[in-house]
Amino acid sequence: MTKTISFILNGDEISCDIQDHWTLLHLLREELGLIGTKEGCGNGECGACTVIVDQLAINSCLFLAADVQGKQIQTIEGLAVHTGSLHPIQQSFVDNGGIQCGFCTPGMIMSAKALLDKNARADKEAIKHALAGNICRCTGYVQILDSVEAAGRQMAGNQGKGAAAAKDPGTITQQSMNKKAGEVIT
Amino acid sequence: MSGYNIVGQRVPKLDAAQKAMGRAEYIQDVKLPGMLYGKILYSKYAHAKITAMDISRALALPGVHAVLTGKDIPPKMRMGFYKDNPPLKADKVCCFRDEVAAVAAVSEQVAKKAVSLIEVEYEVLPAVFDPEAAMEKDATLVHEAHKTNVLKLPWKLHYGDVEAAEKDSAFVVEDRFTTTWVTHCCLSTSGAVALFDASDNLTVYSNTQIPSLAQKDFLETLGAMGLKGKRVRVIKPVIGGGFGSKLDTYAYEHIAILLAHKCRKPVKILFDRKEEFEATSTRQPTVIYIRQGCDKEGHLTFRDIRMVLDNGGRTSWGATTPSVMMMPITSLYRVPNVRYNAKCVYTNNTYSQAMRGYGNPQATFAIESCMDMLAQKAGIDPVAFRRINQNEPGDETPQGFKITSCGLAQCIDAVEKELTQGSPLEDGEGIGYASLIHVGGGARIYKSDGCGAILKMDDYGRVDIFTGGTDMGQGLDNMIAQIVAEELGLLAEDINVVHSDTDVCPWDVGAHASRSTFVAGNAALGAARRAKQTLLAFGAKLFEVAPEDLVMENRTVSVKNDPEKTMPVDKLLRKAHFSPGGTMLMADYFYDPPNENMGKDFRCNLSVTYSFGVHGVRVHVDKETGKVLVKNYVAAHDVGRAINPMLLEGQVYGGVIMGLGYALSEEVMIKDGQIKNPNFRDYKLFTAKDAVPIMAPVIETHDPDGPFGAKGIGEPGCVPTAPAVANAIYNAVGVRIKDLPITPEKVLAAIQEQSKGS
Ligand code: FES
Ligand code: FES
Repeated sequence: MTKTISFILNGDEISCDIQDHWTLLHLLREELGLIGTKEGCGNGECGACTVIVDQLAINSCLFLAADVQGKQIQTIEGLAVHTGSLHPIQQSFVDNGGIQCGFCTPGMIMSAKALLDKNARADKEAIKHALAGNICRCTGYVQILDSVEAAGRQMAGNQGKGAAAAKDPGTITQQSMNKKAGEVIT
Repeated sequence: MSGYNIVGQRVPKLDAAQKAMGRAEYIQDVKLPGMLYGKILYSKYAHAKITAMDISRALALPGVHAVLTGKDIPPKMRMGFYKDNPPLKADKVCCFRDEVAAVAAVSEQVAKKAVSLIEVEYEVLPAVFDPEAAMEKDATLVHEAHKTNVLKLPWKLHYGDVEAAEKDSAFVVEDRFTTTWVTHCCLSTSGAVALFDASDNLTVYSNTQIPSLAQKDFLETLGAMGLKGKRVRVIKPVIGGGFGSKLDTYAYEHIAILLAHKCRKPVKILFDRKEEFEATSTRQPTVIYIRQGCDKEGHLTFRDIRMVLDNGGRTSWGATTPSVMMMPITSLYRVPNVRYNAKCVYTNNTYSQAMRGYGNPQATFAIESCMDMLAQKAGIDPVAFRRINQNEPGDETPQGFKITSCGLAQCIDAVEKELTQGSPLEDGEGIGYASLIHVGGGARIYKSDGCGAILKMDDYGRVDIFTGGTDMGQGLDNMIAQIVAEELGLLAEDINVVHSDTDVCPWDVGAHASRSTFVAGNAALGAARRAKQTLLAFGAKLFEVAPEDLVMENRTVSVKNDPEKTMPVDKLLRKAHFSPGGTMLMADYFYDPPNENMGKDFRCNLSVTYSFGVHGVRVHVDKETGKVLVKNYVAAHDVGRAINPMLLEGQVYGGVIMGLGYALSEEVMIKDGQIKNPNFRDYKLFTAKDAVPIMAPVIETHDPDGPFGAKGIGEPGCVPTAPAVANAIYNAVGVRIKDLPITPEKVLAAIQEQSKGS
């Protein structure tokens, strides 16, 4: 069955026709051409397909496209788009060796973002917990955990200086999305 | 310190930003106009005759463009070095992953549906799953025409006199060790897209580690199809992990080619995760019988190893891993008398391929476990025992390996220092060590061990370098960029490394044997030196000095000791380009290290240099549950020189965690030939939650042959991990686990057994 849904994707309102059985991953990659979200298993076991739906990191391979109606979706493509420069988490992965083959990277970064948006001061244990569903075969996780920790420190510092909106394009995206959807950021 | 500007810097991986933004294109992302989707039907049985096949319902399905069966395979078309594997099987299947039919259709869904409509009738045959049973006289034959299940491969050597040495030994230990199937689990699944142009020239997109040898394989396929004299172009998208899995060409690539030719359209075959587990290759499982002895002072006297390898139903590079196992067997520590005999045996299980370490992890597991057992028997501390026997620069090993740079002694010191300075061991805690030797300067396993590089510079001081080498995430792009930038006095960001297309990149034997930094690096360095020579000759004319009086640094060419005479390199390039009879800067180089092919008795200097390392681990063993917790891990490596310490550490950390998975949790569970855990839920990889503290001390021995002194380090991180863990467990609770993986069940059973005995 085909139906039309509307949602907010990386800050932009979108309306499109979907089939009932489509996953969000299928919608993003195959229909909307957003190839940054990866499929590593299609089964909810690897985290490569992680995107953020209403501030929660989810496996888009298990999430039905129909269920994003009225929701806000962030994908990896939405992080750097508004300023052209990398989001602090992306930059930190680049600077700290958190990226080898890169196939896990978009999912890792989205899981990290969901955590750090809530708590930029998350400690290593909390980071490990948040990334536990994201498999990486290349890095042994060491530099990924370092990347997320360093990014958190920077985001916390930015917030401390009250400069989050200026320095963090991801936060801009988040806020503008929330505003569009008529919600309030707390 | 090092006197270098770019070499030794922690330059972020060149493609990291692209990957961080989700813009890198992998095989999943390749979509061509008019592309069809291929799907493969696999065998239903481990061993069976194919008695009938009906493809009519699949062909009739709307959207299906072609269905192929074993009957459509050109008669001479065989994959693998042993040539026992047609891409589709016509008469009989020898394992569950045997391909029996394939379709091409307008979408994945239609292709899947079509595959399910193919009807195959089988006559089930008795099967054999245990390699030792398969060696017995009346065992079921996996390939009748082969007449025996034992492969005709020459893995046998004897240097010195093992029997005499054993008589003279003060202490001897012997035991049996086993290792099981594990698999690469690249996060990107495998796939390929094949297409023909109007003149039947072929292009294949594939995430291969061997673009040049894949090109050769595909040319053979075209030959078998009757398409002689055609061209093959191999394009590598960004590769989502390799680890050896893509060192051969596979049925899916050849099937995509056959389908593309039949349909006259691009055809893509992309594995799903289950297929990735079931239809790609594993690390070779082994049964290892080892005897090892030493004299009263603890000097090793002999090492004697007999090995049986489960070859599975077909043959890929896994069957050649004994050639690399010879390296640790003959050359890890000074051991004067060595014997080795390995048999690869057909069974109806899945078959193996190269996987990080290429046999070295299996052999080192037995050797290093046994080293601790022997040390104990001789009453010598395990670290002291290793020092007594350590390799030294200038050694020639029994196999004829000439050890040049060797930092094994420094590695032992570094690991011992880091591991013993923590808090005292608590009850249930223990420490274990294990060392490694690996080829550090490539390995001549083919007629050439070379790699080419082509370099050009533009009017703006930028470099494009086309390398035969392959980056699959390990960081070869940075190695090349940093080496070239250092030589030409540029920045890493000035260097664009192209490694993706056989139409423009020169030949390379492949990304294996930890050879890329060394071989592709030396090729790039050679091209950069030639370019520099030309540029300096031009500059020398301009400044009216000798070329030796010029330096290239900070994007500038200047006359030594004369600060007035200086010119930005881009300006110099433009001057060269736009002067009468102008010239553009281009240079090439082909580097083939002086590595030797193995002789008849396997004696040779396999690699111009060798890498060494020592791993040490502190574990806690829960005596109630058998669970092993890694408290602290130290992995020291002699890498010659770290071109980029950050990426080097990444290789070590990634290798160690992969090695810990091998030691403690990973296993492809196969029952009667069938894989029982083809998913990430049941195949136990380490996750971020299991991440352990790892230290990676780097020992720099400045290898005389390496680019800026560097040696290979891609594989070593996962080589001695399992024996280090096994030794630590023994140190902690006094039980020795000889079968990988070391699961809590095995540890607990051994502890219970031990307490029964005492
Ligand atoms: S692709 Fe969604 S969890 Fe693996
Ligand atoms: S970088 Fe390759 S899977 Fe994480």
